[in-house]
Amino acid sequence: MPEHTVTRYDEELDQMTGTILRMGGMVEQQLAKAITALIKRDPELAATVIADDQPIDQLEHEVDHLVMRLLALRQPMAVDLRLITASLKISSDLERIGDYAANVAKRASALAQVEPMRPMAVIPRMLEIVQAMIKDVLDAYMARDAEKALAVWRRDEEVDETYNSLFRELLTYMMEDPRHITPCTHLLFIAKNIERMGDHTTNIAETIAFLVTGTPIDEARPKGDTTPFATAPDEDSEKAELP
Amino acid sequence: MAMTMTTMAATETASGPAGHVPPSKMEVSGLDVFYGANQALFDVDMNVAENRVSALIGPSGCGKSTFLRCLNRMNDIIEGCKVSGNVLLDGNDIYARELDVVQLRARVGMVFQKPNPFPKSIYDNVAYGPRIHGLAENAGELDEIVENSLRRAGLFEEVAERMSASGTSLSGGQQQRLCIARAIAISPEVILMDEPCSALDPIATAKVEELIDALKQDFTIAIVTHNMQQAARVSQYTAFFHLGKLVEFGETEAIFTNPEEKRTQDYITGRFG
Repeated sequence: MPEHTVTRYDEELDQMTGTILRMGGMVEQQLAKAITALIKRDPELAATVIADDQPIDQLEHEVDHLVMRLLALRQPMAVDLRLITASLKISSDLERIGDYAANVAKRASALAQVEPMRPMAVIPRMLEIVQAMIKDVLDAYMARDAEKALAVWRRDEEVDETYNSLFRELLTYMMEDPRHITPCTHLLFIAKNIERMGDHTTNIAETIAFLVTGTPIDEARPKGDTTPFATAPDEDSEKAELP
Repeated sequence: MAMTMTTMAATETASGPAGHVPPSKMEVSGLDVFYGANQALFDVDMNVAENRVSALIGPSGCGKSTFLRCLNRMNDIIEGCKVSGNVLLDGNDIYARELDVVQLRARVGMVFQKPNPFPKSIYDNVAYGPRIHGLAENAGELDEIVENSLRRAGLFEEVAERMSASGTSLSGGQQQRLCIARAIAISPEVILMDEPCSALDPIATAKVEELIDALKQDFTIAIVTHNMQQAARVSQYTAFFHLGKLVEFGETEAIFTNPEEKRTQDYITGRFG
């Protein structure tokens, strides 16, 4: 794309996209640390994740400020307008993902106090999928790549499926032995937080597709969290989920 | 007073609430214009939708004003100007040999960039057209036309107490609304506006924009503007001209949010040349 006649306009747009990418990088890092804190049962590392959420919030305010400035001074049109409004939305999604990473870290330090649970094994796998999605969606933002964004958008189904099956598994564990309830509840909240990270990443993917093409994604969104319809598992736990 | 606030018809689409496409008031096809040896417009096809505002945008010298002036044959008075192609008003060729140009300009009025009131009283500025076209039977009727036109131009309350003052004694924004009142006094069907706000301050501009929005109920409007935000605000259709060619024409919302042509995108986002 050719440059704007007003050079300062380009600089302001670069500053805005640069801030978003910095936010994205920090969120990725927070997520990686949260996984490690969970696996290594390391409350100290978890504490740093909780403390490091604040700078991400700070960057979100910075993006807000840059966006308002651009809207007020440049009266952006067409692709510029889409980039600016998209960036505002993306920064708020990233900020939420950062919050969820901090939440995972909080529960990781709680889990470090109790016996390890077997269903725990699924969580790092789920986090890795979300981590890869976030990486790809940030690449898609940087490259303005709608196809790549769409691929991320489709991958959220995998996160949702993992969450749904983990939900059923945790219910079974809790029914087996009431002493499992505390760790399983923590795990359930962690899984839900990761599932929400996936949803926010999907939002970002949708925003990028719109930013690039100017039209919203017209595919039906993949099926999400079905657990609100779930009942307690009976002998055949496959039936735990309503159609 | 109704005119002191700018209401933005942002959600209004070109096709209107019912979703139907409005009929064309004017149809232009294969329009070429030459100024001597220089060709100013190349094979332009464009329709002007009835009771809608169509904005013409583009860099200086792109041909947008030339196009506007073809719609009521204002180019006839320019030395060495040659127009070919079809320009239809309600399906009738306005360049037909037997056509009365004065009658045409009564149906297709014009408002110019610089307010140009006659050096006459406010009353006479507005009464001039109805008088020469014999639109009023008596003084009472003429008073009515003048008051009505000034009201529709959002100016009546500001000038009611000084109708005999000179039109040129008004402020720039008031003068422009006086010119609009003068244009609508003869009940034209189409109003052409050539950068009507470029000499006005933001408040006067807002009043004229508000007026344009109200006028489209009764008139078909084509407006040339250098102010892209203004085009986006007041029009339902937008045409982008560049180097004498019509590059893109379509619903305003699409042109300003997601234009199809790269040149349109570059121009409206400020990436030109």
